[in-house]
Amino acid sequence: MPLAATLVEKIRIQIDGRDVEVPKMMPDWQGKLQPTTMLQACQQAGVEIPHYCYHPKLPIAGNCRMCLVEFGTPMMGPDRKPILNEDGTPKIAKSVLPYEPGTPRGAIGCATAISPGMEIYPNSPATKQMREAVLESLLINHPLDCPICDQAGECKLQEYSMQHGQATSRFVEAKVHKPKQVDLGPRIMLDDERCILCSRCVRFTRDIAGDDALGFVNRGSYNTLAAFPGREFDNNYTLNTVDICPVGALTSKDFRFQMRVWFLRETKSLCTSCGTGCNVVVSSREEKVYRLEPRENDAVNSSWMCDAGRLNYKWIGREDRLTRLGGSRLKACTWTGGAREVAEGLRTARPGTVAIIASARQTNEELYWLKKIATRLGAESDSIPRVGEGDRLLVSADKNPNSNGARLTGICGPLLGMKLAGIADGIRSGSIRTLIVFGEDVTRHGISAEMLQRLDLLVVSDILPNQTTRLAHYLLPGCAPAEKMGSFVNVNGRLQKFLKALEPREDARPEIEFLMELLGLLGAPQPARSVEGSFNQMAKEIPALAGLTWSSLGDTGATVQI
Amino acid sequence: MFLHALQEHFGFISKDAVEWTASKLGLQPINVHELVTFYPMFRQEPLGRHQIKVCRTLSCALAGAHQVRTFFCKRVGLDPHKHGPQTTSDGHYTVEFVECLASCGTAPVVMVNETFHEQVTVEKAEQILAGCRAT
Ligand code: SF4
Ligand code: SF4
Ligand code: FES
Ligand code: FES
Repeated sequence: MPLAATLVEKIRIQIDGRDVEVPKMMPDWQGKLQPTTMLQACQQAGVEIPHYCYHPKLPIAGNCRMCLVEFGTPMMGPDRKPILNEDGTPKIAKSVLPYEPGTPRGAIGCATAISPGMEIYPNSPATKQMREAVLESLLINHPLDCPICDQAGECKLQEYSMQHGQATSRFVEAKVHKPKQVDLGPRIMLDDERCILCSRCVRFTRDIAGDDALGFVNRGSYNTLAAFPGREFDNNYTLNTVDICPVGALTSKDFRFQMRVWFLRETKSLCTSCGTGCNVVVSSREEKVYRLEPRENDAVNSSWMCDAGRLNYKWIGREDRLTRLGGSRLKACTWTGGAREVAEGLRTARPGTVAIIASARQTNEELYWLKKIATRLGAESDSIPRVGEGDRLLVSADKNPNSNGARLTGICGPLLGMKLAGIADGIRSGSIRTLIVFGEDVTRHGISAEMLQRLDLLVVSDILPNQTTRLAHYLLPGCAPAEKMGSFVNVNGRLQKFLKALEPREDARPEIEFLMELLGLLGAPQPARSVEGSFNQMAKEIPALAGLTWSSLGDTGATVQI
Repeated sequence: MFLHALQEHFGFISKDAVEWTASKLGLQPINVHELVTFYPMFRQEPLGRHQIKVCRTLSCALAGAHQVRTFFCKRVGLDPHKHGPQTTSDGHYTVEFVECLASCGTAPVVMVNETFHEQVTVEKAEQILAGCRAT
């Protein structure tokens, strides 16, 4: 929260008969301070007002009416002083219909500002009646096809019907039918009968994604969400509309009919497809990922993520994943034996003849231990830059998720890849005899297969096969980020952690485990035994991380000086 | 204004016309499309030669406007259950419901192009169609 927000004036109001103090102003969807609304005030007081069209990160539309609440304001005398009851409490004028003073009149919580002394009645019979009526009207033409709806289980229409709706329908007429299975764009399928016309998707794509592609056509009962005929709804952020659609109208073609949501296990993680490091939730079941969704972090990705990053998870389940300990020289068939053989080979290498190339896709903790190995062996080390296209919203041109982590741990210099040419020369001239590669195919970065074959020892860890892994003397199968935990530092210096969603496959292990083992076999003292421990130890050694602990990173991380 | 002029000139507002209008106004076509689909007086398709408008506001509805429209639809081969204006494939007829034509006292009321027909019964509707065929 910006400093200004913590300093603002508070006002006293009453919610459900309870006195509360809430800020007079609160941030709107763009973070600008605006008068606090009844809905926000109730949220502050821990009272949830049901809502569909309101979304904290979108401009207010006030069209669904779900957030209607009964309220009252202090009565004022002609002297602008509050009129008091006999017991000294202020007299409250409840909001009523102007032409029918006996009938309570609600106001929409999402767009009505609070005022001093206001009373909000989120649980009064009148409020309940308003909610029932709104829900009844929303359900009149709804197809009620929950059994085959992807949203079922996380649908606000279901949830609010349960909490605030009626058990029976009074509607006996024929329902209006609207288009179903509308192919909105390459990644989105729309069911117009399920749409409650909240316009969240319209506002998202217009005001956040900057692609004014959606709108409402026709009118009255036939009001229909649509894209312009013949135009695809296709920008790199379309799938966010599926997340914010409160019902099952917008569905992801990728996730559609794949899995009932209540079977999914959710793990807090990060997108690794670029240097932004959008916070995500990985949904998995039985060691298979079904979808990624953005997780709110205002220091990084707000509530959004790009489509490309979101859909870049299928490779985790690829058939050709490296899952076996291997390499042309491996004699042992267990990790313990394999690690001993590798350590043996490294111990006999003369200082100055070893080089390490470690990907900036590895975690901080892994890079930290790799750097220790480099120091121990007197080895040169570097990472490989990965540059692509960025955009103005989230996508970074740096396609490594952890370039800054590689810099901070010292595995590379300020510019990634500066030493690569030197390492290649060393191999060519024979001064470098041993190469350790983590997570890169070096044959695509200036070190040819033919050069690799000249080495005395080539130790490789990776997750997918490539030219380098095929030539390895020792091949150590590692883990996809979803299969381990660790931390990354994004392009803006946000240090964030991610947790393990899946079990590693077969022989594969989180790299950090065998790195620590190897270091032990090389005779180094190594107090840490876990990822958390590694992080805490690293934080004590690297000045930029001073004072941080694994647990202090929380769900949204901390910003460090790069 | 733009759209009215376009409709006057072409008889309807095509997809191209929407895109052209949007580009002239610096808008996305969906914004103009929203507007065109909102107002029933904007036509998205060319109309039939005989445009049969059946009033369905209260007086006419009570006096049998629905039966009259159903009759017209069936006689010219259109689906009475469909919503909105419909035009026969030969381009002869368009049948649609409209709101009050301001002759509630003589309900139900039908307008064919610019001609007014009052107290339209099924028999009268038959005569109206016969009249259309004759022109
Ligand atoms: S598709 Fe979903 S988000 Fe869009 S208007 Fe309809 S209900 Fe709202
Ligand atoms: S912007 Fe980058 S980090 Fe965010 S979702 Fe896209 S690829 Fe992933
Ligand atoms: S949340 Fe929709 S009107 Fe307030
Ligand atoms: S109701 Fe039909 S003309 Fe007025």
